[in-house]
Amino acid sequence: MDREEFEEIAQRSRDEAAAFAVHVNICTSSGCVASGCEHVKKQAEAEVQSRGLQHTCRINGVGCQGLCGSGPIVSVQPDNVLYHKVKPDDVADILDHVGQASVPHLELRQDSPFFERQQRVVLANAGKIDPEEIETAMAAGAYGALLKVTTEMMPPEVCKVITDSGLRGRGGAGYPTGLKWGTVAKATNSTKFVVCNGDEGDPGAFMDRSIMESDPHRVLEGMAIAGYAVGASEGFVYVRAEYALAIKRLKRAIHQAEKRGLLGKNIFGSTFSFSIELRLGAGAFVCGEETALMASIEGRRGNPRPRPPFPSESGLWGHPTLINNVETFANVAPIITNGSAWFANIGTETSKGTKVFALSGKVNRVGLIEVPMGISLREIVMEIGGGIPNGNQFKAVQTGGPSGGCIPADYLDTPVDYESLRKLGSIMGSGGMVVMDDTSSMVSVAHYFMAFNMDESCGKCIPCRVGTIQMVELLKRFTAQRATHDDLVLLEELCDMVSQTSLCGLGQSAPNPVISTLRYFRDEYLRCIAPVTESA
Amino acid sequence: MSSVKTLKINGKDVSARTDDTILQVIREHDIFLPTLCHIEGLSAVGACRLCLVEINGSSKLRSACVTQVEEGMEVVTDNERLQKYRRMILEMLFVEGNHVCAVCVANGYCELQWLAERLGVDHTRLIYLHPDKHVDASHYRYAIDHNRCILCARCVRVCGEIEGAHTWDVAGRGINAHVVTDLNTSWDSSPTCTECGKCVQVCPTGALFKKSRAIGEMAKDNHFLPYLKTMREVNKNDR
Ligand SMILES: Cc1cc2nc3c(=O)[nH]c(=O)nc-3n(C[C@H](O)[C@H](O)[C@H](O)COP(=O)(O)O)c2cc1C
Ligand code: SF4
Ligand code: SF4
Ligand code: SF4
Ligand code: FES
Repeated sequence: MDREEFEEIAQRSRDEAAAFAVHVNICTSSGCVASGCEHVKKQAEAEVQSRGLQHTCRINGVGCQGLCGSGPIVSVQPDNVLYHKVKPDDVADILDHVGQASVPHLELRQDSPFFERQQRVVLANAGKIDPEEIETAMAAGAYGALLKVTTEMMPPEVCKVITDSGLRGRGGAGYPTGLKWGTVAKATNSTKFVVCNGDEGDPGAFMDRSIMESDPHRVLEGMAIAGYAVGASEGFVYVRAEYALAIKRLKRAIHQAEKRGLLGKNIFGSTFSFSIELRLGAGAFVCGEETALMASIEGRRGNPRPRPPFPSESGLWGHPTLINNVETFANVAPIITNGSAWFANIGTETSKGTKVFALSGKVNRVGLIEVPMGISLREIVMEIGGGIPNGNQFKAVQTGGPSGGCIPADYLDTPVDYESLRKLGSIMGSGGMVVMDDTSSMVSVAHYFMAFNMDESCGKCIPCRVGTIQMVELLKRFTAQRATHDDLVLLEELCDMVSQTSLCGLGQSAPNPVISTLRYFRDEYLRCIAPVTESA
Repeated sequence: MSSVKTLKINGKDVSARTDDTILQVIREHDIFLPTLCHIEGLSAVGACRLCLVEINGSSKLRSACVTQVEEGMEVVTDNERLQKYRRMILEMLFVEGNHVCAVCVANGYCELQWLAERLGVDHTRLIYLHPDKHVDASHYRYAIDHNRCILCARCVRVCGEIEGAHTWDVAGRGINAHVVTDLNTSWDSSPTCTECGKCVQVCPTGALFKKSRAIGEMAKDNHFLPYLKTMREVNKNDR
């Protein structure tokens, strides 16, 4: 495919869409599938047929708009009306109101902070394009950035744009992406790989799933651009096996991109070739750890190994390998298209761009949100999330999942960026954000995450294998109100020992939920210590 | 690039080959550093975490068995903090299994027991897990007692890397991880085991033992490993 052909396809798709006066966009991602969007879509198609509107009104299956708690979500364009909790019976009503006032009891007002406070970069196309049809993605600009790099830019320039943008890894640690790309690019080996980490194992997290389901091409395009920049011609997307819909859509997207020549040999007539293979996760949290993930791709047991060597030096089958998270890759195309300065303008001094969070727990509006870095926790919880339900008080917000920590009310005005969260003893993590109110017991929260880490420990190294179960057993004594002061001393020693001596990131960060709750809610632990009774 | 590196271990200047690990240099200079998963002649996995050392004053610890030397490195192998961690690691091994030295075939020949003595582990505050573990005595010459297994995976590596049989592997995860023969079938029905006995000889504890041995009789003999490793390297260089 060349530039002309590429632009022609995109234009044709835009023209086709413009031929319809009305578009009814129905979310077909996992959240809405669970609430029955398929039936709504079928009903809408039948209704349009029976009204003879098939040439003026188009029914589109689209990606996630973030309100997964109140699906199925339907939007009507150009009216720009959003409906929630739509049932098949509501379809007739919705069609009756097209071009007029909206159906009041179904409408979701978009002038609320939930929408206004968000900024969509990664999810810009989610809810707008049909993730199963590459043409609709191309109409929205997909693969335009790939065209630009392969025809107008040299690989080092691409690395430089990513470096200048200030993009940092969204998989948890926040490692500077441009630096990682540059390291792999500089390796002189002839074989290199690009890996996309879509294992997303944090409990309650579904940011990456949503991206892969709603706009799979953006991920593939980011990987291909990375391949061009670092000199790799093969990529792997590693997706956890439970993500059936994401897998289906990625498969379809890869197939369609190959058919269009956007992946494969001599992309856009350049000397650059890049193919992508899909690999399914082995169903363990630790397989998201990069060395374990690569072992799993190689067909071995998904156990971590000590680093160095880092993957950028010796990764898949010993070759230099670039590994980034789904959301990291999804940021790449917009950066190339809009320039590094545009991206660097969003966010704070050290944390650029936006971050997708899965907001859950004790807040009025749960869902998937994308916000500019630097936004305060208060804005997220109180404005976007709409505050705490049932008149209860805010107590803490947990970020970073089982590797993260709890941030108490005193720090609600903290800006969300890598450094600030770390300073408070938590981490940005991959985007889990659980709100707790004054009815939540922080010891129980610590116990929950610790038990998760224990279950997910691979068992290879002793501190994590035995240390996590020791900590869980101690925490049980606390939740049962029969702990002793010695238990508290031992618990703190284990926090230190397990984090300092474990082999991989899982064990090293496993004590974080305990460390942070001990830091801010020590009194709750102390209240769990049984009074010393004189033995008879 | 020079093929020799110089570094400091516990303040003492030493030299090393470029591809040496810190542990190799430490051993060469007869400095004591506890290890359990590592055994000369097999690949290093960095699993037991006993060999953790401090480097260049950084609080981030590195396992000596898998870390390559670097020019000018300053390694500290022993201090209060490291001793504390090492003792805790050993305590963890004692509480996760069922170790009753007095009735163990390896009593007096066990690396875990030696290290515990040497590092002064005589009691623990950790919680004994008293797991329900089994013994596979189906093989006519050898047996494995999972109660004493510390999951060092030496047996897995010697069987795969040296004997080439790959009979052993690790199954399960976390605290439920355990070694298995083939697809978790009994040892006597193993179609791959050549009965060479290497796994028994490298096992640091009384987990793997020869059946004819009584309590305190199971001396281990793994001198064949460095020899085999040397032979492999000689062969490689000849080719
Ligand atoms: C226990 C553990 C689980 C992890 N799980 C994930 C995951 O599900 N997805 C992910 O992208 N990164 C995960 N990571 C981080 C990866 O190891 C790696 O740092 C990341 O994929 C790098 O991508 P980035 O630089 O784009 O963030 C995990 C790390 C650890 C220690
Ligand atoms: S820290 Fe935990 S998950 Fe990581 S290697 Fe050790 S046992 Fe496995
Ligand atoms: S006896 Fe030899 S072949 Fe059999 S399991 Fe042990 S090491 Fe492997
Ligand atoms: S049986 Fe022995 S050699 Fe094998 S893992 Fe257990 S302790 Fe190590
Ligand atoms: S000897 Fe180095 S980790 Fe076990």
